[in-house]
Amino acid sequence: MIKSLVAVFLAAILTENYVLSKFLGICPFLGVSKKLNTAFGMSTAVTLVMVLATAVTWPIYTYILVPNRMEYLETIVFILIIAALVQLVEFILHRYVPALYHALGIYLPLITTNCAVLGVTMLVIQKGEMYASFGYVHALVNALGSGIGYMLAMVLFAGVRGRLETCDIPKSLRGLPITLIAASLLAVSFFGFAGVVDGLLPGALF
Amino acid sequence: MAKQKGKGSSLWQEFSKGIVKQNPVLRLVLGTCPTLAITTAASNAIGMGIAATLVLVCSNAAISALRHVIPDKVRIPSYITIVAGFVTVVQMLVKAFAPQLDTSLGIYLPLIVVNCIILGRAEMFANKNPVLPSVLDGLGMGVGFTAALLLMGSIRELLGSGTWFGMTVTANLFDPMLIFILPPGGFFVFGLLVALANKLSNTDGTKQVAGCAGCPMNATCSKATGVEAVSCADCGSGSAAKIPASASAGEQKEGDGQ
Repeated sequence: MIKSLVAVFLAAILTENYVLSKFLGICPFLGVSKKLNTAFGMSTAVTLVMVLATAVTWPIYTYILVPNRMEYLETIVFILIIAALVQLVEFILHRYVPALYHALGIYLPLITTNCAVLGVTMLVIQKGEMYASFGYVHALVNALGSGIGYMLAMVLFAGVRGRLETCDIPKSLRGLPITLIAASLLAVSFFGFAGVVDGLLPGALF
Repeated sequence: MAKQKGKGSSLWQEFSKGIVKQNPVLRLVLGTCPTLAITTAASNAIGMGIAATLVLVCSNAAISALRHVIPDKVRIPSYITIVAGFVTVVQMLVKAFAPQLDTSLGIYLPLIVVNCIILGRAEMFANKNPVLPSVLDGLGMGVGFTAALLLMGSIRELLGSGTWFGMTVTANLFDPMLIFILPPGGFFVFGLLVALANKLSNTDGTKQVAGCAGCPMNATCSKATGVEAVSCADCGSGSAAKIPASASAGEQKEGDGQ
């Protein structure tokens, strides 16, 4: 159990990295990764919402939608849950943890339309249907790992972009194009982890 | 913008602006996630393009028809619900009539819900304009999206697997370079295409912040990051500089008129 959880966690961070190999949440990745502190704030908020959203959507899917044969409503139900949840988190933080609200609150409204959050809730459902041993705890660990992987990519990339600022780049490649090419190189480097994770924990889960 | 010209030509403009001048992918840089993820083959690109166009046209029509009904404060959740409804319909259609496409698009098919292009058009166009122009706007943006996806899908499939729509093309010319259909290849090809589009249109890429111009969250975002004065603070100014000025200003005025 523990071994398979570690495998799920590491795989979510390194080999299934949401930004660099699944292309989810690219807009905020390119938009707010210019400065380290905003990159960190945004990805912390994303991680928080990812875990909370998975915690809510998994039971709703398993215990309400599946028994009633309403799996086709997955998309519409999940996006509404996420939208409501984000609002709720914003209220709660605002009311009870003002310090955290000031750090993360500004990013929360942006997260509703972040496809990484909807993506993680749907992907863990898919995994749960594919592998019998993939349960609620695995789903939560997977969501946490995905969030941390998102943070890793954002923070690493903030550093890369800081260096790009001072480089002499051909005119038409300046700005977004060179950022995308740099992201491509970062994605290549993440391929290196494929073997590591597989080799470290051979067949731990499935 | 369209006052001096006939009604027909203004409707034509609503349609055609999305294809080149304001191409959602290459000029507005919206909907980057599906663009990068599913363009590993030209057939996927076409399938995704058609599915997204269908949702875009339907949701633009519905949102435009309901624009006086939906209260301003809850408009984003309402739009998301409308879009999610159409996405579910499209998802079921694809599952029923093109199961193979459903497998290859996978999770990116339901993720059309959070595609910035759709919410962006709803927020920037459909909620200010009557139904017919909104439908044409959606159709034009959809065609532009499909065209950009097809271009990227073709390049990546040709270089990465040596085929085009599954037909062997480059068998005797070079060995397929697998990297192009892997994630890094997606970023790379997209980067070069955006660079090419910037070169052809003389845009200064440094003003370009991904997706911010047409992003429905633009206002929230520039407020949010404005506090710390970073990237998306360029949102407001960046968008004005990036979209051909006449077009965006015209759209604004037209919206206010109605």
